[in-house]
Amino acid sequence: MIGEEFEAVVLPHLDAAYNLARWLTRNPADADDVVQEAVLRAATYFASFRGANPRAWLLQIVRNTAYASRALVRGAVTVALPGDEAGAAIAPQLIDSGDDPETALLKREDHARVTRLLAALPIELRETLVLREIEELSYKEIAQITQAPIGTVMSRLWRARRMLAAAVQAEEGR
Amino acid sequence: MSGECENLLLVQAEFDGELDAADALRAARHRQDCAQCRDAYAQLEATRALLKESAPRHRAPENLRRAIATGLGARATPLPAPRPKRGWWREGASFALGAALAASIALLIAMPARQPVLDDVVASHIRALQPGHLEDVVSTDEHTVKPWFDGRIDFAPPVKDLAAQHFPLLGGRLDYLDHRPVAALVYGSAKHIIDLYVWPEGGDSAPASAAQSGYNVVYWRENGMEFWAVSDLEAHSLADFVRAWRSAT
Repeated sequence: MIGEEFEAVVLPHLDAAYNLARWLTRNPADADDVVQEAVLRAATYFASFRGANPRAWLLQIVRNTAYASRALVRGAVTVALPGDEAGAAIAPQLIDSGDDPETALLKREDHARVTRLLAALPIELRETLVLREIEELSYKEIAQITQAPIGTVMSRLWRARRMLAAAVQAEEGR
Repeated sequence: MSGECENLLLVQAEFDGELDAADALRAARHRQDCAQCRDAYAQLEATRALLKESAPRHRAPENLRRAIATGLGARATPLPAPRPKRGWWREGASFALGAALAASIALLIAMPARQPVLDDVVASHIRALQPGHLEDVVSTDEHTVKPWFDGRIDFAPPVKDLAAQHFPLLGGRLDYLDHRPVAALVYGSAKHIIDLYVWPEGGDSAPASAAQSGYNVVYWRENGMEFWAVSDLEAHSLADFVRAWRSAT
């Protein structure tokens, strides 16, 4: 059946897979479904995997799975996160920063706002920015995962950053 | 917007560490003369800082992890099978290397990995990443972490905070490796975790690197201690950490 080698290749990148699925679907339940299906697909394709870069390989499958799923309605770019559950499933802070409750509350609002604005970016821009800034991947890896030329990755990244910065400034100016 | 500088994407690539040394220099020089690109660079830095601070990296929930492991028919022992060292992670390293970085990597002479310890270290690191298992003493203060080991372990591990080098100390814990209790120091790097395992061992040896199951490992001996650093960081970033750790006082 599925060998230990497959687990060794795939399991270390589950967080990366889930994070991408989560930012694509903007919803924990859909992200769960996407990752589970992507891992099954990965197992099916594993025989043809040549070991170049397991993380990029898995993330490419996650992205294809998400795009194919009903959860992801392309073009619905202006829809905000339903109910904004931003605070709920965020990885726990490793350090207790010792903030007083008021500062902590402000921080939480900041986090929720950035999450909402990033989630509202068009999907091509959002995935590119998430892969660069949160997963810290190279242009080359992002090009592989999003199946776009490197030049396209660069211009998407540029537009994503500019759009996010503008959205943040617009909110702060209100 | 009209009149955009044609070098904006070049400056962005410089910011992202995607240029070789010559092009990076060209981009940096250009910024000195171009107000638009200077502003753009500052904006890139601000956006990155904002995301770093506020955009979460969602971690796979425990029930999803379990569902997948069950689906794969995982064995009772989740220990990944030892695999031959592969070169794929070097590709990422070479892509954005500056000259200084290259020099630091050259220090990492690849030696045949000590497989049993390597297996233990990587398995222990993976275990520790499960929620609630990362650190027993949570503190960013070396003067809190160091005394915590007193009485729990029969040696005094060197504890250093590398916050200034962007590897903040997050805490420490006790672990068992190679059939003995060892100290594990936990460091952060952006959204990644580095475990540094320490135990007494004679002799000095230069850092050597290994990779297993998608994790990178660097190990060395100095001052009567053996050190194993393990992380899902890229190899060159882990090399940076080791260099920073060894040169810190």
